[in-house]
Amino acid sequence: MNERKYPPVTAIAMTSLGLIVAGGIYLSAHLPRHVPIGPAVVLLVLSTLLMAYNIYSLTRVKDFPWDRFFAVAKWSLLAYLVIAGLIEYAFLKNHLSGAPLVVLTLSLLVFAIHVPTLLGFTVARYYDPNQELAGAPAA
Amino acid sequence: MTDVALPPIELREVAPAGPPIEIPDFEIVPRVGLVFAAVAAVALIAAIASNKLWPLEFLHVSGGAAWTIIDLFLGLVLGPIMGAMPVPARIQFTTRLMPKMVVIMPIVVTLTLAAGWQLSTKLGTNLTVHPLHGWVVASMIIVGVMSVIALGLLEPANIAVLIELKKPRPNPEVIEHLMKRFVYSAGVLGVMQIATLVIMTKLGSG
Repeated sequence: MNERKYPPVTAIAMTSLGLIVAGGIYLSAHLPRHVPIGPAVVLLVLSTLLMAYNIYSLTRVKDFPWDRFFAVAKWSLLAYLVIAGLIEYAFLKNHLSGAPLVVLTLSLLVFAIHVPTLLGFTVARYYDPNQELAGAPAA
Repeated sequence: MTDVALPPIELREVAPAGPPIEIPDFEIVPRVGLVFAAVAAVALIAAIASNKLWPLEFLHVSGGAAWTIIDLFLGLVLGPIMGAMPVPARIQFTTRLMPKMVVIMPIVVTLTLAAGWQLSTKLGTNLTVHPLHGWVVASMIIVGVMSVIALGLLEPANIAVLIELKKPRPNPEVIEHLMKRFVYSAGVLGVMQIATLVIMTKLGSG
């Protein structure tokens, strides 16, 4: 197995997603009353910071296989943008507006970026160039 | 997804030494499945746009039932069976099951959640004044935890194991590690689905 040391991308991503989910539940659990937006904003900011740190920590990994990462992440991004779009549509359909809409939209954006990042990382971390060479047909 | 899709079912050999393990050729993301997923997504948009009870209830209940049953069956029935299978059989099974899961689970979860939210808005169960509001919030919390486990552990393991199996010489240790992660995550989700069943039947019966 590829024993290279990587930053704790999965744990950080799960924490970030957990914060987003907590913010979403906090907002939706208060409907239709006025929602104090502060706690949801704090959760969103923390989640975004964790995502930024995750991406930054990956850029610091020496010889990280970015081609493998993007081969998976780009298609996942497309899929998760569609999913986020469907959820956003449900919010708009229900006339959600103002600060809660902004917070939930940004939360969906973090979700749609962070999940593909995690998928790309999980695939790229097991990339071993020796495996490819060993399997290449003899000249 | 053209860079990962290959023509189906054609056997190739991988292991350089010892008895060769045959890995059937497979598509990581089955293109036919994407068509069904697109149809389901269009149906979801139509149901939300019409805001009628029956389409919303149909998509929420059928999506939720599929999600619950798949998690329970995979985590508590198929998972232990797969763990006991010999490696070649497990590979054969994995290359047939996992690509389907890549397409089925995201769309099933999206149908359930989006139609469920719209249904909840229509019926008023997501309003704080509703007598069963606490149950709805409890379901949101459980679904939230399940989503984090599914997105953070299960889905990446699913994709990574398929990509590992596509390599000229897949690493058995990596496959073993990722499959364990997949099956344990599915087991946890299966157990959590029991709580979802309790909440949803309570909401359904009022």
